[in-house]
Amino acid sequence: MNCIVCVASVPDTASVIKVGGDGKGIDGTGIKWIVSPHDEYALEAALQITEDKGGEVTVVTYGPDSAEAALRDCLARGAHQAVHVLGGEKTLGDSFTIATVLAGAIKDREYDLVLCGIMGVGTDCGQVGQMLAELLDIPHVANVTELEIGDGVLAAGREVEGGKEKVESPTPALIACQKGLNEPRYAALKGIMAAKRKPVDKVEVASLGVDEGADPFYEVVQLELPPAKAAGTIIQGEDDAAAAAAELVKLLRDEAKAI
Amino acid sequence: MAGILVFVEQRDGEIRKASQQAVSEAKRQGGAGGAVTAVLPGSGVGGAAAGLGAWGADKVFVADDANLGLYSSEGYAEAVVKAVEQAQPSAVFFAGTAMGRDLAPRVAARLGVGAIADAVGLTLDGENFTARRPVYSGKAFATATTAGKTPQVISLRPNVFAAEELGGAGEVVALDGLALSIRGVVKELAAAAGGELDVAEADVIVSGGRGIKGPENFALIKELADAVGGAVGASRAAVDAGWIEHSHQVGQTGKVVSPSLYIACGISGAIQHLAGMSSSKVIVAINKDPDAPIFKIADYGVVGDLFDVIPPMVEAIKAL
Repeated sequence: MNCIVCVASVPDTASVIKVGGDGKGIDGTGIKWIVSPHDEYALEAALQITEDKGGEVTVVTYGPDSAEAALRDCLARGAHQAVHVLGGEKTLGDSFTIATVLAGAIKDREYDLVLCGIMGVGTDCGQVGQMLAELLDIPHVANVTELEIGDGVLAAGREVEGGKEKVESPTPALIACQKGLNEPRYAALKGIMAAKRKPVDKVEVASLGVDEGADPFYEVVQLELPPAKAAGTIIQGEDDAAAAAAELVKLLRDEAKAI
Repeated sequence: MAGILVFVEQRDGEIRKASQQAVSEAKRQGGAGGAVTAVLPGSGVGGAAAGLGAWGADKVFVADDANLGLYSSEGYAEAVVKAVEQAQPSAVFFAGTAMGRDLAPRVAARLGVGAIADAVGLTLDGENFTARRPVYSGKAFATATTAGKTPQVISLRPNVFAAEELGGAGEVVALDGLALSIRGVVKELAAAAGGELDVAEADVIVSGGRGIKGPENFALIKELADAVGGAVGASRAAVDAGWIEHSHQVGQTGKVVSPSLYIACGISGAIQHLAGMSSSKVIVAINKDPDAPIFKIADYGVVGDLFDVIPPMVEAIKAL
């Protein structure tokens, strides 16, 4: 059972976001780059599946040189191989181009499952997995919190509003994973040392037939911070909680008209 | 190419509220210079289709098939693509529900175009939409286009665009010639225990965090939620402590929500949590710590012990 895991290198979720000089992207100063948190569930699922059933985990990323750290992190956690498609600066948030690049990097490899996180934290599109599945002509299940792999088939639980869809699908298939599926492992020191010796296959994006930025499908015209909020009404409720509660309810009804 | 095609989602034959909102928004946008056409896949959904005219649909394509009763990304994509071929719209709208967010990119890729996810604002220039969408979980907003590619596939965040009942009547047409090829099959839609309101759909959310001290105290949060007709949310700390299921988590690795009222109880306000709820219309914080970051974005705050504040609050709301 060979698994391909697509990961994205994204700003740490604790980052304070500032708009960069071009007004279209973020100011990267001081930003720490991490494996997109949702992708960690995909990697963990792939590691568990191959530990159970044999086979290899190949991690793939499409990003600039700095994205190699994300691949090393995945290798340190136990992935067997890594593929780094170099580029991505001009295609941030362009899900269709990203999916096209990933499909180009994956299609000739042997795989039973392609796994990814439900979205890259930051651009927050949540579209690459579904698009990639379509381009690879395989079924997909997204928002997956339960996964069982059988012989040529899988059963997945997918979170939807107010419940779960129980899905059955043949493999190969693409699974977009999220929190609730498993508890991702951390890299142990031994893994980190071993990861340094594992090769990372570097691929030029042009070799996949994509001329970055020449034919975009998504363009950011402007990036801005949300408008600053006016200071709220703060009620001191330490001494008389009941009075504070009554005042709050009155404000919510009469002023905010929220209840 | 002109007009807007709207994918309409149903559950047990009932049209989802977020889809009514998407149809109404398409109508408000003047159908981008053409007609507003809806496409409704399902099984035995003809009755529901007839009602879509009231929300703004000029025409409704019904893809009625026993294999489309429950969601299928491949089957539903086939229906939407078939409707696109017939209606030739310049834009295709999806409600940004779990289903819409799943289907829109699959459809877009099949059409060979990109897609814009999670729009919270739309501007029409000629026949072309520019969308405003939250990025970095709402820490910033991007104004984005599809770089001239059409049809423009766009998902709309639920509860941001209003559903307007206009009372029109749409023409209902069967969508024929579907060649369904479904590999991944939804066998069952298992409802969450107790038929709880989901935070992703709720107009009011009451969330509990570390300050509620233990799983048993979500009962108090639930009491307040029931009093205001809302759903129960949670911070990551409460979820990671195992006090409540992840489906309740609000924030960067949970759900990003925009209800009209968000009440944060015992939540200090980590940046990842604020990112997930800061676009709520009215934010209320109840916290013992006057320096908690949640107060910086709260419209109303009570500095006090939530165990003392919530019970009289529930009483006061019930007395309204």
